[in-house]
Amino acid sequence: MIKRDLVVVGAGPAGMAAAISAYKAGVRDILLLEREQFLGGVLNQCIHTGFGIEYFKEVLTGPEYAGRFIKELKNLPEINLSLRSFVIKLNCDKVLTFLKPGQMEQVKAKAIIMATGCREKTREMVHIAGSRPSGIFSAGLAQKLINIEGVLPGREVVIVGSGDIGLIMARRFTLEGAQVKAIIEIKDRTSGLLRNVIQCVKDYDLPLLFNHKIKRIYGNQRVKKVSLAKVDKNYNEIKDSEFFIDCDTVLISTGLIPENELIEMADIKIKSEDDLNKTSLPGVFVCGNSYKVYDLVDSATKDSQEAGTMAAEYIRSLNA
Amino acid sequence: MYDIGIIGGGVVGTAIARGLSRYKLNIALFEKEEELAFGVSKSNSGIIHPGTQNSPTSLKGKLCLAGNRLIRKISKELGVDYKEVGELIVAFNQDELAKLNKLKRQAEILGVRGLKIVSPGWLKDNEPNLNSQAIAALYAPTAGIISPYRLAYDLAESALSNGVEFYTSTKVESIIKHGKDYFEVGTNKGVYKTKFLINAAGLFSDEVANLLGINDFSIKPRKGQEFILDKKKEYLANHLIFPLPTKISKGILIIKTSDGNPMIGPTAETARDKYDLSTSDQGLAKVFDSARRLIPSIKEEDTIAYFSGLRPVAGDDFIIRHEDKVGGLITVAGIQSPGLTAAPAIAILVCNLLKKNGLSLKKKLKFTSTRKKTTNLFALKPDQAKKLIKKEIGYGDIVCRCELVSAKEIRDSIRRGGRTMDGIKFRTRAGAGRCHGGFCTTRIMKILAKDLDKPLLEITKKGPGSEIIKGIRNND
Ligand SMILES: Cc1cc2nc3c(=O)[nH]c(=O)nc-3n(C[C@H](O)[C@H](O)[C@H](O)COP(=O)(O)OP(=O)(O)OC[C@H]3O[C@@H](n4cnc5c(N)ncnc54)[C@H](O)[C@@H]3O)c2cc1C
Ligand SMILES: Cc1cc2nc3c(=O)[nH]c(=O)nc-3n(C[C@H](O)[C@H](O)[C@H](O)COP(=O)(O)OP(=O)(O)OC[C@H]3O[C@@H](n4cnc5c(N)ncnc54)[C@H](O)[C@@H]3O)c2cc1C
Repeated sequence: MIKRDLVVVGAGPAGMAAAISAYKAGVRDILLLEREQFLGGVLNQCIHTGFGIEYFKEVLTGPEYAGRFIKELKNLPEINLSLRSFVIKLNCDKVLTFLKPGQMEQVKAKAIIMATGCREKTREMVHIAGSRPSGIFSAGLAQKLINIEGVLPGREVVIVGSGDIGLIMARRFTLEGAQVKAIIEIKDRTSGLLRNVIQCVKDYDLPLLFNHKIKRIYGNQRVKKVSLAKVDKNYNEIKDSEFFIDCDTVLISTGLIPENELIEMADIKIKSEDDLNKTSLPGVFVCGNSYKVYDLVDSATKDSQEAGTMAAEYIRSLNA
Repeated sequence: MYDIGIIGGGVVGTAIARGLSRYKLNIALFEKEEELAFGVSKSNSGIIHPGTQNSPTSLKGKLCLAGNRLIRKISKELGVDYKEVGELIVAFNQDELAKLNKLKRQAEILGVRGLKIVSPGWLKDNEPNLNSQAIAALYAPTAGIISPYRLAYDLAESALSNGVEFYTSTKVESIIKHGKDYFEVGTNKGVYKTKFLINAAGLFSDEVANLLGINDFSIKPRKGQEFILDKKKEYLANHLIFPLPTKISKGILIIKTSDGNPMIGPTAETARDKYDLSTSDQGLAKVFDSARRLIPSIKEEDTIAYFSGLRPVAGDDFIIRHEDKVGGLITVAGIQSPGLTAAPAIAILVCNLLKKNGLSLKKKLKFTSTRKKTTNLFALKPDQAKKLIKKEIGYGDIVCRCELVSAKEIRDSIRRGGRTMDGIKFRTRAGAGRCHGGFCTTRIMKILAKDLDKPLLEITKKGPGSEIIKGIRNND
């Protein structure tokens, strides 16, 4: 079994920031495990601008923001990078099991930082009734399909939820020549940033419907249409307000969930928000979107740097 | 010229194909969908029923019991996971207890073994999350769970290795009977001749029967909505848990599934048509309300997936018969629940009907009854998994993060007949977990495109018309 002082799981902005700050705080034996082929996490697919305004006081794209940390990391040979390394297990002895093509390895760490990001809520979690054809995507998956894979998931799109990813994807689809037929929000305001409402919706004159909910999805093989209805203040459907929109695609953009299955499986609990990055097992920390969902990467970065320092302190206390 | 043509590649058609493949026969199976088991057999509860809920005089009841016994052997031969977890039918008052006793007597007449009425104390020890108001339950230890589509795929694979020819994407559109001798089966892919014909077309068996002038039954689809919960909730139930059955269904149950996710359902309602696989808000409410009567701690937010299945109902019982009007035609229709359980027994019955009606059955010298178990990396012991990963690079390359499915397993499933995203999902579970393909869709699409040598644009969810993407950027 390999032994390391610190293992960081996930090399998105959170994991990178944590690893770098642990290094700066004196840790020299660091392993950074990332399941993808690239560093940068979800930022790689966020080719829009709006990153780094707080942290760098500059307007950057996702890849540019990630690039700054990647550059810094590459200059620190003491931080060992292992790509295509998928962590499948964590136990309370701080042993991690990970897979690489051709290998299954275990590593025991003095301290661990989990920075595994988040996943999107699905259509199933928000219980949209109707059929189950192709053409239903989470907004982030659609973003990956367009920006990374270079394909167009749909041509006539209805977006459910007005969070930032939904708004950004409304613009993205429009730029790709698809028609955004509606963005539906059950509340009376968006859950996304004001700048996204302006830059992604208003500037393109897209229909953003507040106090509306999606009722049902139709179509056997591919999405054919959806039915919508108006809701009152308590989100109850207003009678006789149902109407239909023809479309071939439904994007679900109803929120993110921290991805913490590894910690859960080890029976480790994440502490409350006042106990930033801490878990019930001393020496195991969680940061970034796997700790809580951050709207802005800048704040995720700052909090994750704290995680790095905490891990360094913890390791020092063991050696003392 | 084939000796046997089977219409329908569901669990019934594939069980018949495998059953007949031990004899010296030329057999063809026609399936209209792009993959097998895309009909009723893909969306059901996956329960191998013990026979506690059907009348002892019904064909359903007898075939259920026989099938339940056969499955144990078949699942071993095929390497399909089958777990005999046992079932509980729960009573909440004296009236229900009386009904429970009646059910027990009936099932004993049918021949179900090991039944006993268990006490609240037993229930508390063995099913701690069950509603504490239960006063008793009928325990049937021979109830089990299986993956319905994997059973069908593995039956088909076994049949294939014993010489059966499979024609997918092949819809039977016309049938002509030529004298006493043979049928001419017209499909979208050409015309095939066969001496005997078996109609195992599930929801469409009435339409197939009509092609030969048989009009005395029709299939009325009865919908069942089911809701799948996160694997994390596997602990909720240790057994299959049933309320008392009603006249038309076994009620809404807590189902253990072979993959670990608890499932709740199904409803029993009239469907709009044979394609209506929609779920509804009412269905959801009903299923959760009923399920909470059994296990109060079930929560809606633990839902990771849902679906509807359609029971092909033609009256109260199965219709399995030789059509004397059209010699050589065997009808296997109205295979509603417990059709999955009964499938292997139906296959034997069909064999006997064929024999009775002039087919000579000679055993092959060599029939391969076994099949190499499909590798599921995470079902292996860690040191075994480690060795395998070292030997085959692709096992260490995880594609599906929630269910931990490797690229090698996905490639294998394509080699074994997977053609669509759903087909891959049924075979490997890639995309069936809590993120619902948010992570792995792109990768699986690319693997499918590469291994099938198709453009990405042609990759579908479940066959033509369900393409995943609409265009290639800047290129359409
Ligand atoms: C679509 C979208 C648009 C956004 N737009 C903006 C914006 O405009 N401005 C802004 O400031 N913020 C934006 N954000 C938020 C910002 O991107 C996130 O807060 C930030 O990326 C979170 O970083 P993270 O490192 O926690 O997670 P991620 O970037 O998701 O990184 C997690 C990493 O962990 C890896 N990983 C996970 N599990 C394992 C495992 N088991 N083994 C190995 N590796 C693993 C993943 O591969 C990934 O690389 C957006 C986010 C999304 C999703
Ligand atoms: C909600 C629900 C829950 C259930 N739960 C259980 C359970 O727990 N246990 C149990 O034992 N049973 C259960 N059942 C019943 C079980 O699923 C069915 O009895 C069984 O799957 C029927 O299999 P089949 O092969 O007859 O039908 P199908 O799987 O529908 O196969 C018929 C095939 O024929 C094909 N076909 C149709 N027309 C043509 C044509 N013209 N040309 C070519 N091909 C054609 C179809 O595409 C289809 O693939 C359940 C059913 C439902 C709906």
